[in-house]
Amino acid sequence: MILSGWGRFPKLECRVTRPRSDAEVRALVAEGALIARGNGRSYGDAALSARGTVDMRGFSRMLSFDAETGLLVAEAGVLLADIIAAFLPRGWFPLVTPGTKFVTLGGMIAADVHGKNHHKDGSMAASVEWVEVMDGDGMVHRASRAENPDLFGFTLGGMGLTGIILRAAIRLRPVQSAWILQETVPAPDLAAAMALFEASAEATYSVAWIDCLASGANLGRSLVMLGEHAAPSDLDNRRRARPLVAPAKRLLTVPFDAPGFALNRYSVGAFNALYWRKGRRSAGRALVDWDSYFYPLDGILHWNRIYGRKGFAQFQCVLPLAASEPGLRALLGEIAASGQGSFLAVLKRFGAQDSRFSFPMEGYTLALDFPVNPVTLALLDRLDAITLDHGGRFYLAKDARMSAATLRRADPRLPAFLAMRAAEGRARSFASALSERLDL
Amino acid sequence: MTLSRENLSPVLILGGRSDIGLACAHAFAAKGHPVQLAARKVASLQPEATDLGLRYAVPVSTHEFDVLDTAGHAGFLDSLPAAPGIVICAIGMMGEQEAGEMDFAAAAQVMRSNYEAPAAILGLIANRMEATGTGTIVGISSVAGDRGRATNYVYGSAKAGFTAFLSGLRNRLAKTGVHVVTVKPGFVATRMTDGMDLPAKLTAQPEELGAAVLKAVTRKRNVIYVRPVWALVMAIIRNIPEPVFKKLKL
Ligand SMILES: Cc1cc2nc3c(=O)[nH]c(=O)nc-3n(C[C@H](O)[C@H](O)[C@H](O)COP(=O)(O)OP(=O)(O)OC[C@H]3O[C@@H](n4cnc5c(N)ncnc54)[C@H](O)[C@@H]3O)c2cc1C
Ligand SMILES: NC(=O)c1ccc[n+]([C@@H]2O[C@H](COP(=O)([O-])OP(=O)(O)OC[C@H]3O[C@@H](n4cnc5c(N)ncnc54)[C@H](OP(=O)(O)O)[C@@H]3O)[C@@H](O)[C@H]2O)c1
Repeated sequence: MILSGWGRFPKLECRVTRPRSDAEVRALVAEGALIARGNGRSYGDAALSARGTVDMRGFSRMLSFDAETGLLVAEAGVLLADIIAAFLPRGWFPLVTPGTKFVTLGGMIAADVHGKNHHKDGSMAASVEWVEVMDGDGMVHRASRAENPDLFGFTLGGMGLTGIILRAAIRLRPVQSAWILQETVPAPDLAAAMALFEASAEATYSVAWIDCLASGANLGRSLVMLGEHAAPSDLDNRRRARPLVAPAKRLLTVPFDAPGFALNRYSVGAFNALYWRKGRRSAGRALVDWDSYFYPLDGILHWNRIYGRKGFAQFQCVLPLAASEPGLRALLGEIAASGQGSFLAVLKRFGAQDSRFSFPMEGYTLALDFPVNPVTLALLDRLDAITLDHGGRFYLAKDARMSAATLRRADPRLPAFLAMRAAEGRARSFASALSERLDL
Repeated sequence: MTLSRENLSPVLILGGRSDIGLACAHAFAAKGHPVQLAARKVASLQPEATDLGLRYAVPVSTHEFDVLDTAGHAGFLDSLPAAPGIVICAIGMMGEQEAGEMDFAAAAQVMRSNYEAPAAILGLIANRMEATGTGTIVGISSVAGDRGRATNYVYGSAKAGFTAFLSGLRNRLAKTGVHVVTVKPGFVATRMTDGMDLPAKLTAQPEELGAAVLKAVTRKRNVIYVRPVWALVMAIIRNIPEPVFKKLKL
């Protein structure tokens, strides 16, 4: 079966199996060189293996829930969307969520995903109590901060390369409503955007949409969006009667691949300028339902098709705090000069994080996507170099094209990760197109 | 608990382990229906029952049931915690066509599992529903029953029998409050078809079956094809003249 990540680049012919029980996974593991796949929402080649891609969506059962503590035990293939559907009506919401709800629990753990609250609540790891991981010998290990802490540490952010996550226990957060109080603040340039983030450390959620085609004095102009879970008293009477219910959204779908020329510097530039003007005009406070707030793109099924058949590549880096401003300036300058615009440029402040191989660290993260073509691939190499020069690193869940050498320069934690891979024959048992490309 | 639910009638899933049956259970539980899962070796279905209960906060019970044990049918129905208002039979067995050709015992097993025994239990349920004047019976048959083909006519003939049985039952009960829905899936990505190379555009996911069955029950549809394109595919296949059809490799 031909598979790809969400970016539809690269595509690879993969042998795919969908086990439903530990015994079925064990039988697969015995054959060697596997990678687990969740819902394929990583952008590049992290969840692809020609020899053995293990589709974990057969592990889709919720196993227990403690209504006192909010502790949910579930199989790794359970979708975040299903967790929300089941528990938001009872007053619980995921502590950490990425920008799409169509991800699996296993995928969120393996990528140690971050949300708009990273500066306050940390990454996915903060909500994970324990994981159960099958190793290359078919043995299942429970790992937590207390039990098998090394396995726990490397599995969070380990991109499936420590073994197959079968089950996990995560803590949900209590919420009083299905609504978010959102405040949109326009920032005319990068310094203003960063100042807003620094001044908003207390906000639960913060993220900025950044116009990556703006240059000169407008470089880095952004709409900074802050959010808080709304209390019933924030809602009007009608909504307050059922605070945990928000209207279901109508789904739109992109039915076919857009032709390659649909996206160019003029259309993206026009979109971005329009979005900026509209955002600036409607700035201020608004009450937004959870789905529109956290998952605006989920309303458009198959939106990845707008980039055409050749697919697109995400670039996401994080720069250490001290180097963030000059680093972002250099990155944005390079992008604006290239004219290779991105609709979805996102800037976010990360809080401190100490982890074995996870992506986040204290500083600023910038995420953008580009249609795949020789010009953008060359641009991405230049963005890599700028990131390295500023001591930054890259998000493997988004990456599809970085070189093994770049990764080695970016991440001093690599030797420890490789040692973990070498021990107990993990590298032999678990491998993905990503691990082969990056020599992990 | 802030979930408010009307008093919805329980849905009984015969073949509670089947991917299609479970998808139906999810669809109805999401609407608030209590669920009764009936299957062989039902103890191993506890995780599914727990999952349904956790997701939808509805009562879920599990019941040991082997459809081939026709003598046990009445006792099985009596043992349910409440008489189900909706019964979905997802039991089926593909078998190996070649084994069925060589060994009639193997063919009979397929015939009995897809037709005779499901007809027996649904007939019994129909009588009980008729007595109360309400209820819905859903039989998962198959497009394979629309025309016998060399590659799976043992299974197909049993499904043809089952389809005809459902049609007759619907006709008989039309003047009572009992409704019968015939579901004809084409290809569905389930355990039954694991490892087969199925054409993506013609292949439904189990969840599509769940949604389609829920809709068919709500709207009192008689016969549905899932995916709908199969109605067209089968209309063509049924209309190929026999002299031509018999020479085709299908
Ligand atoms: C629109 C959109 C917005 C996004 N926003 C964010 C965001 O805000 N923050 C963020 O952090 N990420 C974000 N992402 C990325 C996404 O959250 C991650 O890539 C996530 O890992 C995808 O989960 P998945 O279940 O689809 O996993 P896949 O993409 O299938 O796999 C991702 C990785 O997890 C591993 N994996 C999956 N399941 C298992 C398992 N059971 N055992 C072991 N390893 C496993 C795979 O091997 C692979 O390395 C976004 C993606 C999209 C498409
Ligand atoms: N998948 C398809 O492409 C497709 C297409 C058309 C029609 N269908 C029909 O859809 C229905 C559901 O099938 P599925 O695709 O969900 O496959 P499945 O998972 O294999 O379901 C078949 C179920 O029938 C049960 N069963 C068989 N014999 C039984 C018996 N004697 N007593 C009790 N239960 C018995 C099996 O139970 P155990 O788990 O105990 O074995 C199994 O759960 C079947 O009627 C099938 O013929 C399927």
